[in-house]
Formats: sequence, structure tokens, C-alpha cells
Amino acid sequence: MTSEIILQALVTGLMMGLIYALIAAGLSLIFGLMEIVNFAHGEHLMLSMFSSFWLWSLFGLDPLFSIPITILLLAFCGILTHYFLIRYILKAKMLIQICATFGLSIFIRSIAQLLWTPDFRNVDKPILEGRIEVGSVFIGQPQLYASLVCLLAFIGLYLFVTKTETGLALQATAQDRHAAEVLGIPSNKMFAIGWAIGLGCVGVAGGMMANYFFIFTDVGINFALFAFVAVALGGFGSIIGCLYAGIIIGLVESLGGLLIDPSFKLLYVFVIYLLVVIYKPQGLFGRY
Amino acid sequence: MESKLIAAKSEPLWNTNNKVISIVCGLVILLFALPLFGLNSFYLHLFIMIFMHAVMAQSWNVIAGFSGQISLGHGAFFGIGAYATSFFYMQYGITPWISIFFGMFISAIFAVLIGIPMLRLSGHYFAIATLLIGISFQVVFQRWDLVGAASGLWVTMTPEDSWIALQFHSSKVPYYYVFLIFFLITFFVVWLLSRSKLGYKLRAVRDDPQAALSLCINVSNYKIIAYVISAMIMAPMGSLFAQYILIIDPDRVFNIEISIIVLLITVLGGIGNVWGPIIGASILIPISEYSRIYLGGTGGAVDLIFYGLILMIICIFRPNGLISFIPKDILERKKQR
Repeated sequence: MTSEIILQALVTGLMMGLIYALIAAGLSLIFGLMEIVNFAHGEHLMLSMFSSFWLWSLFGLDPLFSIPITILLLAFCGILTHYFLIRYILKAKMLIQICATFGLSIFIRSIAQLLWTPDFRNVDKPILEGRIEVGSVFIGQPQLYASLVCLLAFIGLYLFVTKTETGLALQATAQDRHAAEVLGIPSNKMFAIGWAIGLGCVGVAGGMMANYFFIFTDVGINFALFAFVAVALGGFGSIIGCLYAGIIIGLVESLGGLLIDPSFKLLYVFVIYLLVVIYKPQGLFGRY
Repeated sequence: MESKLIAAKSEPLWNTNNKVISIVCGLVILLFALPLFGLNSFYLHLFIMIFMHAVMAQSWNVIAGFSGQISLGHGAFFGIGAYATSFFYMQYGITPWISIFFGMFISAIFAVLIGIPMLRLSGHYFAIATLLIGISFQVVFQRWDLVGAASGLWVTMTPEDSWIALQFHSSKVPYYYVFLIFFLITFFVVWLLSRSKLGYKLRAVRDDPQAALSLCINVSNYKIIAYVISAMIMAPMGSLFAQYILIIDPDRVFNIEISIIVLLITVLGGIGNVWGPIIGASILIPISEYSRIYLGGTGGAVDLIFYGLILMIICIFRPNGLISFIPKDILERKKQR
């Protein structure tokens, strides 16, 4: 065990963490807006990866260029989700809300399994390929660009929410739906925008990951679990908290895999989750 | 809530609607007599599955319906129960009748360990934690060599039918009665629970934790109690299932599908109602078994598509489940005044 290997694990973990951060940010945005945890988040990620894959396989479009289309598709998917499902359960009990989004996740995953079979797929010869060597550390190019794009998207999301008028309206709706409605902010529209943006983030992450990750119907489960943990760690509803939480999870996952056993990486994340919930239930940057 | 409690105390436990009593007694007698009509083994299997899933859903109903905490990884306790009986029987020759209790005990310990940190917080934390737990158990058992890792445990077969080893190879009728008796016991226990003081306190915790707290109900303790009871109902079903199929592996007994189907049955039938899981199981399990026969070869996931769709439709249009179609006065106890 040399310092180079540890450095390598740190870099890998950091790159993974930035992707987790963006996925979690979408989840956190949706939760902050309407206090609904989207249990179908992993399935939406799976959809974005498949959208990237099919655009490549049917039209020969490289995943790098199909990202805008993937984002639009996912945003549209988010609006559909809001319009057909979430709209009806906004006032329902939390129990029903959890069951409904969980039902959506089962539905999407099994439809995908029926349509596309559970085979593993990957994109052959994308533009982003190969690796670069910095000192003694090898960095895969697709991973590097994926994490950079995710970081950029994250910064963009943060600036959008804190600086633009629509973003401020989103924040107002998140703080107090009724007060915002009195001020002329239609909360239903804001919810739809929130879903579109939240799933748009997932579209970016999934589109970039399609460059190097295996694409199969169950791919979303692990990412969604990590995103849930990141949201709890960063504080439910806090977007900037997701960045730190995502990076922490990425590092723990990769260091734990290196130092103990890679097959139990879910357990390390679970241990972090337990520790956070026991010692700092409101998370690092939580509002509650 | 207070007035309901007083009403519950003042009325005797057995005072319920006579119509319901006669219907239930008739059904129980019918269920006991059913194998005498010479059903073939498919129908026996169907009934066994209905009993098993009804009890599993009832277990989920205790934690989700009564105390309002959603567990998305209830399959973990099912798997613990299954592994407990098979492991102790194969390693030490302990009869499943005793190791069922080991399974219950281990499940209860895990429920306490998970419940103490998680149930102090709002429901989302618990739901996510249980989702993680369900998958963690599967991952751990897939790699744990002592219990056969990914290939699982193949229970040593007795040469003949044996009540001590709880194995019957010639006929499914003994299994039918074992499952039926567990089913009746569980429902009786949960029915008692639902109208006991504990049941009312749990529902108080679900409906308004702060009001419950102000009435000196220790909210997090009662949630943990509900979780432990729920785990202890789930574990024996795992044990019996292991005895029924005699081959268990992590992908089967810790499958997330188990956690999904208990949730679905309860939500379909009526969450928070003792009769909900029976209605849900007796509708959903035949659909699922028949769809497995007729659509089984076409890729597998067809029944899951329906599950997801049904779950969403129920959540949107009938949050109280199918039981809300039945007029309320039939289900509630007869008014004494």
C-alpha cells in the first residue's frame, strides 16, 4: 500500500463524488420544494443513460453531443411525473407519497426491463476515451470530463437558484408555498419547474456517465441510494450541502473499497448514514 | 383520541358486530375444511402463498399502518427468519420449531438496533435507512461463507415426511395447515393489538406525534415497539417459507421484491386496517401466480409493471385502499347505545 495507490483512490473517489453530488442536488431541490422524496430518482438516472445509449445506437450521436437532448427529455419526463402523479399526492399523507414514488420506480424499472431486457450495454468507442497520466495517477478521460461537467452543472444550478428571478421564486415556494402564492408565484408551475430542473440534473449526470458506465436496467439503485444518503448528509433541502456530501461519499466509497473490501461499499455508506443520523440529524447544512 | 380510548376501555374486548363474527367463523371453518375437498397441489400452493403474503403484509401493516413509519426493506427480516431455521437445522440439527424463535429473536434485536437511531426522526430517514438495510443484508449474505455465500443453503432432506424437521415431500396438505395456523394466530394477535391500548397509542403516534407526546406517550419508544413486533411477525414466515421450498439463497429471500409486495398488498387492501392485508393478498396473489403461469416466459417483469401501476393508481385515487369500498358500519364494532 503506497501513497500513490491512496492518491489514486482519492482522485477516483473525488470524481465519483462530484457525480453523486449532482444527482443528489436534483433530489434535494425536489424535496426542498414540496417535501417529497423522489424514490424513482435512480430509475430516472437509468432512463437518462438509456436515452444517451439509444441516441448513440440508433442515430450514431455521441453521448457527448446528445447531452442537451437527454436533458430536455428528462426535464419533459419530470414535468410528466409532476403532471400525472405528484400533482395528486401533494396533500396526501407522507406514507402515500412514499408509496406513490416507490410505485413509480417499480413501474419504470420493470417497463425498461420488458422493453430493453436486463442486458448490460455500453457505448462503443465514444469520443471521450483513454486515460491521461498526471504524475503517478491515472485518470480516465471520460470520468474526468464527466465529473467536470457535473461540477459545472452544479455551479450553474446553484447560481440559477440563488441569482435568477425564477430561482428566487423557487426558493420562496420552498420556504412557504402559501405566502409565495399570495405574492403571485404560482406554486403548481414552480413545482413543475422544480421537477424539470431536478431531473435535468440527473440527465446531465446520466448522459456523461453513459460514456464509460455499463448501462442496464438496475443501474440506478445504487446511485439513488447514495443520493439519498448524500441528501441526508448534506441536509434535506440544502443544495450546497449536496456538493460536500457527495464528495464525502465518493471518498468513503473509494477509500473503503481500497482499505477493506470493495464488495461492501454499500455498507460503508450505510455506516456514514447511521453516524449522520445519530449525531447530526439535520445534516451538515440542513434547514430543519 | 382520548374519547376513543375511554370508549375502548369501557367496552368488552369481544363485543363486535355479530355479522362479522359469523362470517369470520364460517370462513375459518371453510379454510380448515378446504383440503378435504381434494384440491390439487396448485390450489394448495395458491392458498399457502396467500396465507404467507397476508401475514407478511400484516407485519408491514403493524409498522406502517399502525405507527406510520414506512419500512422499504422488510425483506431483511424475512431472510433472517429463513436463514435462522435452515442454518441451525443443518449445522446443529435443531428442529425448525425451536429455531423459528431464534429467527424471531435475531430479527427483534436488529429491529431495536435499527430503530433506536432511526425512529427518533421523521419518516423519510427511516424509509431510506430500511431501503439501505434491505440491500445491505443481501450483499452481506451473498458473501458470507458460513451460510453458503451466494449459492445459499440446501436444507438436508429427510427421507420421509417429518413433523420434527417440518418437511413434507408427499403432499402439501400439512404445509397448508401449518401456514393456516400461523396465519390465524398472527391475525388474532394483530387484531387484539389493534384494539388494545398499545394499538390506540400507536395510532396516536401516527396521526399526531406532538399531541401524542403531550399525552405522555413516548413517541420514539412506541415506534420501536411497533417495529420489533413487526419484525417478529415477519421472521416466522421466512422460516416457514424456507421449510416449504427447502432451498434458500440470498437473491431469493432477501430480494427487494419481497419488500415491494408486502407494501403493495397492504396499500391495495387498506393500510392501517387489520383486514386490509387479507383483502390485498387474496386479490393480488392469485393475479401474480396466474400471470406467472401465462406470461412467465415473456421476460418476467410483467407482474411488476402491474404492481407499480396499481400502487400509483391506488395512491392517487384510493389512498385508504380497497377496504374503503366496504361500508364502515360493517367493520366497526356494534355501538352499545
